[in-house]
Amino acid sequence: MSVLNNKKILDASKLSLILNRLASQLFENHNDFSEAVLIGIQPRGKILSKKIKELIIKNYGIDDIKLGFLDVTFFRDDFGRKNKILSANKTSIDFIVENKTVILIDDVLYTGRSIRAALTALQSFGRPNKVELLSLIDRRFSRHLPIQPDYCGIQVDSINNQRLTVKWNEIDGEDAVYIYKKNGKKT
Amino acid sequence: MERMRSIYIRKMGKKLSVSNLLGIKYLSEEDLNLIFETADNFKEVINRKIKKVPSLRDITIANLFFENSTRTKISFELAQKRLSADIINFSSSGSSITKGETLTDTVNNILSMKVDMVVMRHPSPGASIFLSKNVKSCIINAGDGCHEHPTQALLDAFTLREKFGSFSGKKILITGDIMHSRVALSNIFIYKKLGALVKVCGPKSLIPKYINDLGIQYESSFEKGLKWCDVASMLRIQNERMIDSYFPSTREYALQYGLDLKRLNLIDKEIIITHPGPINRGVELNSDIIDSGKTVILDQVENGVAVRMAVMYLLAAKL
Repeated sequence: MSVLNNKKILDASKLSLILNRLASQLFENHNDFSEAVLIGIQPRGKILSKKIKELIIKNYGIDDIKLGFLDVTFFRDDFGRKNKILSANKTSIDFIVENKTVILIDDVLYTGRSIRAALTALQSFGRPNKVELLSLIDRRFSRHLPIQPDYCGIQVDSINNQRLTVKWNEIDGEDAVYIYKKNGKKT
Repeated sequence: MERMRSIYIRKMGKKLSVSNLLGIKYLSEEDLNLIFETADNFKEVINRKIKKVPSLRDITIANLFFENSTRTKISFELAQKRLSADIINFSSSGSSITKGETLTDTVNNILSMKVDMVVMRHPSPGASIFLSKNVKSCIINAGDGCHEHPTQALLDAFTLREKFGSFSGKKILITGDIMHSRVALSNIFIYKKLGALVKVCGPKSLIPKYINDLGIQYESSFEKGLKWCDVASMLRIQNERMIDSYFPSTREYALQYGLDLKRLNLIDKEIIITHPGPINRGVELNSDIIDSGKTVILDQVENGVAVRMAVMYLLAAKL
């Protein structure tokens, strides 16, 4: 999708379609989720992972899905290299990931560095059998690391001074995806 | 919804207002809350099976202890190791200090070996402030004489915050050797900044002359103080700093200001009992209280690691 001059690139109805598709793809691969767990990456992956879980429960009647939230702040590789400090969020994973398939969930996949940090942080909770990545937005051609999503909402081609923001009704008042210039103005 | 949004915004770009931790006096209430919030996260980390995070892996920290320490030294060292920092330990005995080298020279020599941060305990009040003015490094005060012990105050406040959330209107009684205790001064500063009401108690001879200037009151009766307070913070008699005799005997002190179960049972409410350690059993706290599980002393020690991780993490981010 070429988005250079767009403001809103996804609205609530399209977003809902995508979320339903992602839930169905997860169900197709993991069936009853007895061997798979969902882990949302804090902060924005948390809301997405909750929504995906709710959809799997609603659409496929599976109610025993384990969901945890992982904060990667202390595992980032840019500590002290940027002017701003990122404060941490809460990690809450009350199950072990040993021998499970972990599905990491985040809203935007950009450089891949957060996912790299998440892979390191995950080691504190055991050795998963397999780790998969679900990303609502895949910003193509901007990766710093060889990381790709297994489940992808949409792919977006954007340039470096643009920023994508996923908004959720629960905290932002609407379900939508916007593209911004880095100074905060909509393009 | 507004609250959630503000939490998300708050997560970005919050920094401490200071570049060194010299005392609680220099911290704002926002700084204190930032440290507590970060310590919440580190407490979760140190309760994992794998307790280490790589945040400070390219930071080197020197622990300079010019005075004896058990808890603080181990706590700082563990915190540094949990953050993956490289550390060097220094104690004044067996060093070139005994050959006449000055503090500034010693520290500058250590810093020239590319050390990023200095944690220092020193018997002279103001030593860390002096050092911060004379060397280019991040200094953390781990206790300077009878002046301040900021990380102890932070972990005390963090422990109480876990127990009752907000400090607003809470009554805290600090009992013991107020004059020689650096914990007392740091605790008075931190509890006042967080909105608690503070009284000090102990023999008049161990209360500083200008204590009222700190905006707190002196309570001469320990029983009255206990009935008033929500938290009894018990302090050790700092015999090593006393150049004079301040009370007739330890036994008399214990009878008047020591806390035991009998005295505790005289008040009809639950209070929280804290002590920074080391304890002189049978003097300020009796064994029946320490062993009854009615104190939060071991919670304080556990929280010490998380709080020190938070302090070093936040200061290292400013390097």
